[in-house]
Amino acid sequence: MQPLLKVDRISKTFVEGAKRVAALQSVSFEVYQDEFVCLLGPSGSGKSTLLRIIGGLISADTGQVSWRGQPIMAPHPDVGLVFQKTNLMPWRTVLQNVLLPAEVQKGQIAAADLEQAHNLIALMGLADFSNSYPRQLSGGMSQRVVLARTLLQQPQLLLMDEPFGALDALTRERLNVELLRIQRHHASTILMVTHSINEAVFMADRVLILSDGAGAIEAEIAIDLPHPRHLSMLGTARFGQLTTQIRQSLALNDELMYDELTHA
Amino acid sequence: MSLDATADRARVAIKQEPQKQTAEIKGAARPMQWTSAYSGPLSIMSGFVLLIALWALIVKVGQYPPFILPAPDVVLRKFISTLSEGTLIRHAWVTLSELLLGLLLGLSSAFLLGYLLGKNPRAERIIAPFIVASQSVPIVAVAPLLLIWFGSGLLSKVLVCALITFFPTLVNTIVGIRNVDTDLRDLMRSLRASRWQMFRLLDLPAAAPTIFGGLKLSVILSVVGAVVGEFVGADAGLGFLINLARGVLDTPLMFVAIISLIGLAQTLYMAVSALEAYYLRWQKNDA
Repeated sequence: MQPLLKVDRISKTFVEGAKRVAALQSVSFEVYQDEFVCLLGPSGSGKSTLLRIIGGLISADTGQVSWRGQPIMAPHPDVGLVFQKTNLMPWRTVLQNVLLPAEVQKGQIAAADLEQAHNLIALMGLADFSNSYPRQLSGGMSQRVVLARTLLQQPQLLLMDEPFGALDALTRERLNVELLRIQRHHASTILMVTHSINEAVFMADRVLILSDGAGAIEAEIAIDLPHPRHLSMLGTARFGQLTTQIRQSLALNDELMYDELTHA
Repeated sequence: MSLDATADRARVAIKQEPQKQTAEIKGAARPMQWTSAYSGPLSIMSGFVLLIALWALIVKVGQYPPFILPAPDVVLRKFISTLSEGTLIRHAWVTLSELLLGLLLGLSSAFLLGYLLGKNPRAERIIAPFIVASQSVPIVAVAPLLLIWFGSGLLSKVLVCALITFFPTLVNTIVGIRNVDTDLRDLMRSLRASRWQMFRLLDLPAAAPTIFGGLKLSVILSVVGAVVGEFVGADAGLGFLINLARGVLDTPLMFVAIISLIGLAQTLYMAVSALEAYYLRWQKNDA
């Protein structure tokens, strides 16, 4: 079976003055149709850089990203991006923000787009806020608008960079459940960056662990929790085992770093 | 037509319709309003009345002759006479057309160049010193040159106006375009927006609040530009009228021309403010 997305030995180095910072070092992985994959790693492990490369916003130094076997060089119409910082246009209402992809990609808004936008806004529970401006929304509501806007494109792959990272824990859990529901109904493939182990285990079919500093895939852990996921699963033994396993592999990672530092 | 004859007619006119004319001068001489926020007409009115009262008091106490400091009623009579003569309208129209054409030229070129320089920081670094140099020369020093090159007609005044209105809008456009949220730029790129869409849907609305700040300064300066241009050489306009009145020590006429200029600047400023309030209505709290 051909993977939907294939990331093949991606490397990226940033030059800051005289310093060269290796963000990614030969990262390779694959994402298959209808999968939910989480990229887990501490800050500074190059997660966001990786997502931006996959999204076609920046280019890699070496390596290649392929979409259904075709290399991605620029933003792809079938790929939708959601960032941690809610990037809504403050001068547009909720409805106008959600309609932006249609307006940009088709040049005009069809009646079908308008209907779909209304449906998505309702799906996010924001029907009463269609004509509000982003300034009037809470963080959780804003991120839902972003999600609705991204879904309007009907993307086959959703790239999410810590989409709920800026939200409080309760809102975050609720949006996690909503996202899984949306994935089930829209049968979308999702690649999500997070630094929360619990979130990764709860959401993902597979968790990829990026190592600290080195910017490489350290471990890959399959999450065998049944679907659909419920918040009650957070308390099960299996959930605990999985989070412990991930925590250990991250800690192992730290030890390696420590050894490298002490023996250098 | 002599200026004395104008004054005589005013004296006749004020006896006939005193109330109507008082209303007219109030509309023209409303004090400058710096805040775009709505301040009640009552407070504007009371400030205006206070100013007039103070003015009348100074003249009364100081016993100044009209050619030094004319009393408010003298200026009012002058205003009415020049208005009924048609001279005030004619000169105001000349000045207005100069500064409107100047604004059109100055603002459109400032906006265009500002957008290009905002998009290309390298080009901005190269061109900025020249723009700053052009602005460090006082406009009164440049105006005579423009008159020599382009004649004493409309064109030279339009150019002086354009030159003085250019800079504030240029700088604000550059800053506005450069500070457009990079996350929104990424969003537009991920949607594969065209250059034109990037401009229309992102750059323009995102930079609008900053650009409006420049526009407000520019419209005020356009009045200065027109007057400077007319001072250097003209045969019509409110600036010309001031020059003419100065020559014959007709200080009331100077007051009339100055007050008309204030009214002109005020009207332009309010027009831009209204446009801003409409275009940036998403910033309002009760939207």
